[in-house]
Amino acid sequence: MTGWLIFALLVWAGGWWLNARLAARPATGFTSLIIPVIFGLTLIAVWEGVVRGFEISPVLLPAPSAIAARFAASTSILWEDFVQTVIRGALTGYVLGCGSAFLIAILVDRYDFLRRGLLPVGNFVAALPVIGLAPILVMWFGFDWQSKAAVVVVMVFFPMLVNTVQGLSASSSMQRDLMRTWAAGYWTTLLRLRLPAAMPFIFNGLKIASTLALIGAIVAEFFGSPIRGMGFRISTSVGQLALDLVWAEIVVAAITGSAFYGVIALIERSVTFWHPSQRH
Amino acid sequence: MRGSVVPVLTVVCGIFVIWYAAAVWLNAAWAYDKAARSGTELSTQMLIADTWSQDKPKLPAPHQVVVEIWETTAQKKITSKRSLVYHSWITLSATLLGFALGTGLGIALAVGIVYNRTMDRSVMPWVIASQTIPILAIAPMIIVVLNAAGISGLLPKATISMYLSFFPVVVGMVKGLRSPDQMQLDQMRTWSASGAQTFWRLRLPASMPYLFTSLKIGMAASLVGAIVGELPTGAVAGLGARLLAGSYYGQTIQIWSALLMAAALAAALVGLIGLIQRITLNRMGMA
Repeated sequence: MTGWLIFALLVWAGGWWLNARLAARPATGFTSLIIPVIFGLTLIAVWEGVVRGFEISPVLLPAPSAIAARFAASTSILWEDFVQTVIRGALTGYVLGCGSAFLIAILVDRYDFLRRGLLPVGNFVAALPVIGLAPILVMWFGFDWQSKAAVVVVMVFFPMLVNTVQGLSASSSMQRDLMRTWAAGYWTTLLRLRLPAAMPFIFNGLKIASTLALIGAIVAEFFGSPIRGMGFRISTSVGQLALDLVWAEIVVAAITGSAFYGVIALIERSVTFWHPSQRH
Repeated sequence: MRGSVVPVLTVVCGIFVIWYAAAVWLNAAWAYDKAARSGTELSTQMLIADTWSQDKPKLPAPHQVVVEIWETTAQKKITSKRSLVYHSWITLSATLLGFALGTGLGIALAVGIVYNRTMDRSVMPWVIASQTIPILAIAPMIIVVLNAAGISGLLPKATISMYLSFFPVVVGMVKGLRSPDQMQLDQMRTWSASGAQTFWRLRLPASMPYLFTSLKIGMAASLVGAIVGELPTGAVAGLGARLLAGSYYGQTIQIWSALLMAAALAAALVGLIGLIQRITLNRMGMA
């Protein structure tokens, strides 16, 4: 029992010492990758050691090994929930929400009256607890994934709109004048100058929306859901005190969230390679 | 700013027109159904009157929500369980506690990250990665687990709020504490300022604009955390509980009034921080 605690302490000290040594060296791609990995592994080892050392009940906090075992044992359930929540709910909503926000943003940009009127309202709505609309949308669109997609659409719409509109005004008036001297019309200017210049902002919106989408789809399931989905599984498994399954779902959610964000960041890097923030 | 008053008002009016129209459209089915059962013919005028005054409409008309808010705030004792002020206070207290904890944790982490290289390299990536875990999704677990450990009431909800609000603060403060440029840091060195002096006199004041921007985001996030934290407790008290209870019993007007209350709360809190920001930055000579 105390053995596990000493193990946890040793791992912690060892990991920190190793990281301190590595961090003192000049930064390379390798060290900037390995240091957080070591830190993460240390945390997991300490978690395992503490749970075993203090003999914490699995009802309160299951050990990482127990979670891993449960993960491996219930991949079919996890996959079913993943398809229901992420593919059907979050992804559909994300595409619809970001797409419509993008189109509206161009419309808003076209008419200055709308820009001055809609943008403050959009900024305001973006700061509101939009997730509260979930029960209403569940009532309107039914319990299945359509209502989850609707919640996601509402949640991602305004951050995306605000960012895109801001991005469309990112090109300087000098650049726009130059386009005019080349006799470029509105659409040519939009496609050749302003949309490319807006890309960093658009990707900022897409990144914010990617985390919101997952949250929206999961939380909406708390307000009613068919008998599958990550939010459904989490809330019912908590009720049954099957915390290892809950943590397995959390692992799935974390991996999905990171991967989603990572994919968008990768696309961003290839699209906005010219932007100062991408140069290293 | 002044040039946008008319457009904003137009847009807001537009929203209300659409809202009323949508209320007619969405509630019409129920009104026709009712009329068919009682064997009466509905004129357009009667249809509109009915759709704007149903008990459990699919979409309540704005005035119904306003009436509900008025009845549950001004006309109920604030200690009453049916008072919206009572529920708002429950949510607000969790929000504020979580926000304070999150801000404290965020600033502490940011100072550590700026001053300790190991921490910067090993913790910062995880702070970012931590936000890809949808914490709201695991809110029920946190509530139930803390409840099983004997902690209930305000603190579990505040924990969720804290988790949501610490991230913007960390990111903003790290940026802010690093915002003094090399020239200013060199200047401090020529005055032979100690590390503590550099921190208190240069880095901390320089970070204030970043801090306030982060605080606004953190406050909004922390309110969302408090509301979602109320969902799994089985609808006892708070704005989140009102939403959940409303969705169970089909009380759409109740949902909308809780929603508008939450929106007003968020707007007021963010506005308050904005005010403090203006005053502080003015007195510091930065605005």
